[in-house]
Amino acid sequence: MLDPQGKVVNQTLKNMGYQNIVNVRQGKYFEIEIEEANKEKAKNVAEEICKKLLTNVVIEDYTINLK
Amino acid sequence: MKSSVIVFPGSNCDRDIAVALGKYQIKNEMIWHNEANLPKSDLIVLPGGFSYGDYLRTGCIASKSKIINDVIKHGKRGGLILGICNGFQILIETGLLPGVLLRNKKLRFLSKNVFLKVVNINNKFCRNYTKKNIIELPIAHNEGNYFANDELLKNLEDNNLIAFKYCDEKGNINNISNPNGSSNNIAGILNNEKNILGMMPHPEREIDPLLSGEDGSIMFESILKSY
Repeated sequence: MLDPQGKVVNQTLKNMGYQNIVNVRQGKYFEIEIEEANKEKAKNVAEEICKKLLTNVVIEDYTINLK
Repeated sequence: MKSSVIVFPGSNCDRDIAVALGKYQIKNEMIWHNEANLPKSDLIVLPGGFSYGDYLRTGCIASKSKIINDVIKHGKRGGLILGICNGFQILIETGLLPGVLLRNKKLRFLSKNVFLKVVNINNKFCRNYTKKNIIELPIAHNEGNYFANDELLKNLEDNNLIAFKYCDEKGNINNISNPNGSSNNIAGILNNEKNILGMMPHPEREIDPLLSGEDGSIMFESILKSY
């Protein structure tokens, strides 16, 4: 999958002298506060949000970190 | 013939398309995205623009609007839907059309006229392009780089679901005539039933012989003829 922005960042890093950079992909980061005591339930909600809105599963993956 | 143009916060080609529809005596209503019900329409147009400032992904927030449920129902019933530019991006995000529109390969906003080959005239939007199959329309977008995996591309090609491809003046389809990096030079696609068309170029900007050209007019004549 072509990621034009990641490619430009990759090239720029190379130009800056970071010759060992192999690949860069650019993504997004969301901080979501959920009012839910049960961690498992909160994770399920986050999962659902990722699938329904935050990512386009054709081109993007997601990972969830609970805090 | 009755049409509805759906207006989102950030739409900016909604009035242009309304003028184009009016020119062909199509009775049009402008429908705000927050309306719950769509009036009876033979054609729905999702116009160009920058709905919701292109936040999250182009077309993504608009694709969750209240009115979209009725738009999807209309499409599933076989009703005509035309998505232009941001409208195409919205159609992709609703899932009515497959694939994805990435940022232009060279990361630049493109605003210029391009040549297109009308690849499929066996649909209600393009049936009048019989005499002229190389046309010139403007593009104005930052995310028009159509991407589909090999399987989907094969499906689109085999089932004749590609309506337009970027080409040069003579109709050559190659890398040089590809402005944004789209797979197979794709500029517009149809759904399987061919009642939904999404395209990046703007036919509504080419309807006046004095101001532009009339390569877009042929599309509106086709739509009218199919009614």
